[in-house]
Amino acid sequence: MPANRSFEVKALSRVEGEGALYVKLNGDRVEHVEFNIYEPPRFFESFLRGRAIHEVPDITARICGICPVAYQMSSCHALEKALGICVTPEIRKLRRLLYCAEWIESHALHIYLLHAPDFLGYESGISLAGDHREVVEKGLRLKKIGNEILEVIGGRAIHPINVTVGGFYRAPSRAALKALLPDLEWGLQAAIDTLKLVSQFDFPDLEMDYECVSIKHPDEYPMNDGYVASSSGLKIPFEQFEQHFEERHMPQSTSLHSVTIPEEKSYLVGPLARINLCFDQLTPLAKKQAEMCGIAWPSRNNFQSIAARAIEVIDAYDEAIAIVKDYHAEPTQSRVLYEPRPGTGCHATEAPRGLIYHRYRIGDDGLIAEAKIVPPTSQNQGQIENDLRAFVPKVVAFDDAVATQKCEHLIRNYDPCISCSTHFLKLKIDRG
Amino acid sequence: MTKKPTLAVFKFASCDGCQLSLLDAEDELLAVAGAVEIAYFLEARTQQMDGPYDVGLVEGSITTAHDEKRIQEIRKQCRFLVTIGACATAGGIQALRNWANVDDFIDHVYAHPDYIQTLKTSTPVSDHVPVDFELRGCPINKYQLVELVASLVHGRKPRVPTYSVCLECKQRGTVCVAVARGIACLGPVTQAGCGAICPSYCRECFGCYGPNERANPISLSRHYQSVGVPSDHVVRLLRNFNAYAPAFRQASNDLQEANS
Repeated sequence: MPANRSFEVKALSRVEGEGALYVKLNGDRVEHVEFNIYEPPRFFESFLRGRAIHEVPDITARICGICPVAYQMSSCHALEKALGICVTPEIRKLRRLLYCAEWIESHALHIYLLHAPDFLGYESGISLAGDHREVVEKGLRLKKIGNEILEVIGGRAIHPINVTVGGFYRAPSRAALKALLPDLEWGLQAAIDTLKLVSQFDFPDLEMDYECVSIKHPDEYPMNDGYVASSSGLKIPFEQFEQHFEERHMPQSTSLHSVTIPEEKSYLVGPLARINLCFDQLTPLAKKQAEMCGIAWPSRNNFQSIAARAIEVIDAYDEAIAIVKDYHAEPTQSRVLYEPRPGTGCHATEAPRGLIYHRYRIGDDGLIAEAKIVPPTSQNQGQIENDLRAFVPKVVAFDDAVATQKCEHLIRNYDPCISCSTHFLKLKIDRG
Repeated sequence: MTKKPTLAVFKFASCDGCQLSLLDAEDELLAVAGAVEIAYFLEARTQQMDGPYDVGLVEGSITTAHDEKRIQEIRKQCRFLVTIGACATAGGIQALRNWANVDDFIDHVYAHPDYIQTLKTSTPVSDHVPVDFELRGCPINKYQLVELVASLVHGRKPRVPTYSVCLECKQRGTVCVAVARGIACLGPVTQAGCGAICPSYCRECFGCYGPNERANPISLSRHYQSVGVPSDHVVRLLRNFNAYAPAFRQASNDLQEANS
C-alpha cells in the first residue's frame, strides 16, 4: 500500500440528501478531512419572507420529508411566542404524541433499513430482507405504526396537514386514537426486542470526548419544551441559543457548519446526546431496558447511537400508549386563535436527528419579515469531520474499498439528513 | 426466466419525501423489491448497477448547471422517465425564487455568496427533457406510486385520476369548506390523488397535486375576490408547491398584475 493515498466514495448511500467527503492521508496521518455537502440550496429562509403566519408550518415541513413534524413544531412554537399565545395542555399532549410518531417512523427506518445493514454486512435493508425477512418485516411494521399515528393526528404521514400555529385544525377522534392501541402495544414489545438485537452488535472502537447538546426538561424526555443543556454544564433558555452557537459558511458546502462560541468547537446533537444528557427523564420502562442492554450510559461512542435510537423508540411507544389511554374526549378547543401582530419569537425542539432551532420576526403587516432555521445535520457536520479524523487512522490498514465502507458506516451513525441542512454524500480519501 | 425490469431513483433539489414514499409503502416494499430490480436507489441501498434502466423515477427540480446536464444523461439511460412529486413536475416550493432575485436570496442565507453556484430558476424536469409520465403531489401518494410501478411491470397505463379534489370531497362526504365556511380553497382547480384530506380537517386545499386537467384558476381567483378574499391571500395560496405549474403561475401573475 502506498504511503500517500486517497479514497473516494462517489455517492454515499443510505442517507437522506446529497453530499461528499474527501480524506487525504500521508502514511497513517490524516492530512485533511472535508465533509462536502452539494445538495442544491433551496432558500427557505428567503422565500418565507412575506408569507402569512399560518402558511409557515406548511412550508417549513417541505424542508424535509423524513422529519416534517420537527420543522412544523419548531415553527409553531416560535411563532406562538412571537404572537404571545400559549397552547392548552391537551394540545401540548397531542403535539407530543405526533412527535413520538415521527421519532418512531424515522428511527425505525434508520435502524432497520439504513444502519443495521452496516453492522450485519449487507448493502441494504432489501438485501438483509433476502436472508432475514422476518427481521426487516418487524422493522417495517414498527415504522408503519409511527406513520399510522401521524395519519390519524396529522392527516398524512409525510407533510402532515393538520398542524397549525395555535394547535390543530381538527382534534383527532377518540375512537381513531384508541383503535391504535393494539398496534402500539405490539410496537412497544417489538421496540424492546429491537434494543436487544442492536445492543448485541459489534461496535467499532471510537471513544470521543463529545460536547453533547440537547434540550432538557426536568420532568420529561426532551421534545417540545425545556432549555438547552450541554455536557459541559451549559443551561440556557432558547432565547440565548444564538449567543452560544453560531453557523459558519465553509467553502465546500451549501450547508452551514455550527460551532459553540466562544470555544469555536464542534458539538454533537441527536439520540446519543439526548440519552447522555437526559437518561433520567426516560420513562421507567425505557430506562430499565437501557440499563439492562449491556451498554454503559453515558456512551462516548456514536456507533452506539443505533442503541440510543432503539431506546428512544421504546420511550416513544411507551409515552404514546400513555397519551392515547389518557385521551378521554376530544378537546373542546383544537387550537388557540390569534390575531397577527408584529413580534419576534424563537424556539427549539428535538427532531429525530437532534436539536432544531427556529426564529421568526413578524412585521407590521402581519407577515413574516425574517426567518432563521438551524437544522440538526448542519450542527453535526463539524463533529462528523472530527470523528473521521479520529477514525480514519484506525482503518488505514484496510484496502480502499473496506476503509471507505467503514467511514460511510461512521457517517451513517449520524443519520445525516442532508436534505435538511440543504443536502448526498461523496467520500473521497486522498492517500497523497 | 425473463429478466426483472430495472428501476432507478434519482434525486434533484427536493426534500426526499417522495422517494421516501416508496420506503413508506411498508406492506408493499418487499413485494416491489421482488418484482423489479432496484438497480439504483441511493437513499435505500449501496449497491449501484449501471444503466440503462427500464424505469427512472425522478424526484426534485432542476436548480444548478450541473443538474441541467445530469438530467440529460439520466434521460438517455431510462426507457420510461417518470417525475415523482411537485418539485420534479412543477419546480416545487423552491420555484418561488423564479419571482425573486436569486442573488438577494443567496446574500440573505449565506455569508460567502461566492461559494454558492445555483441557477436563477427552479424548473420542472419537463422543461429540460421529455417526460413519459408525471406523478403529482407534495408528497406523492404511495398507493399511486405502487400502482405506477405495477402498471409499468405489466406494460399498461397507470390508473391515476385527473379530476379535481372536489370529487374526492364528495366521495368522502366532506361538506364544502368554500361554500359552507367561506374558506378560499384550491380544491376546484387541484388534481385529485391525496384523498381530499385538508377539507376533511376543516381547512382549505392548498394545491399539493397542482392544477387538474382543464382547471380554470383565473376564474376561481376572481370568484374568491368577488366574495371578499384579499387578492394577496389568493396569490399566496396559488404560490405554494406548484406555484410554477403553468395554470397556477398564470393565475397568480394575472391577479398580481390586476392589483398593482
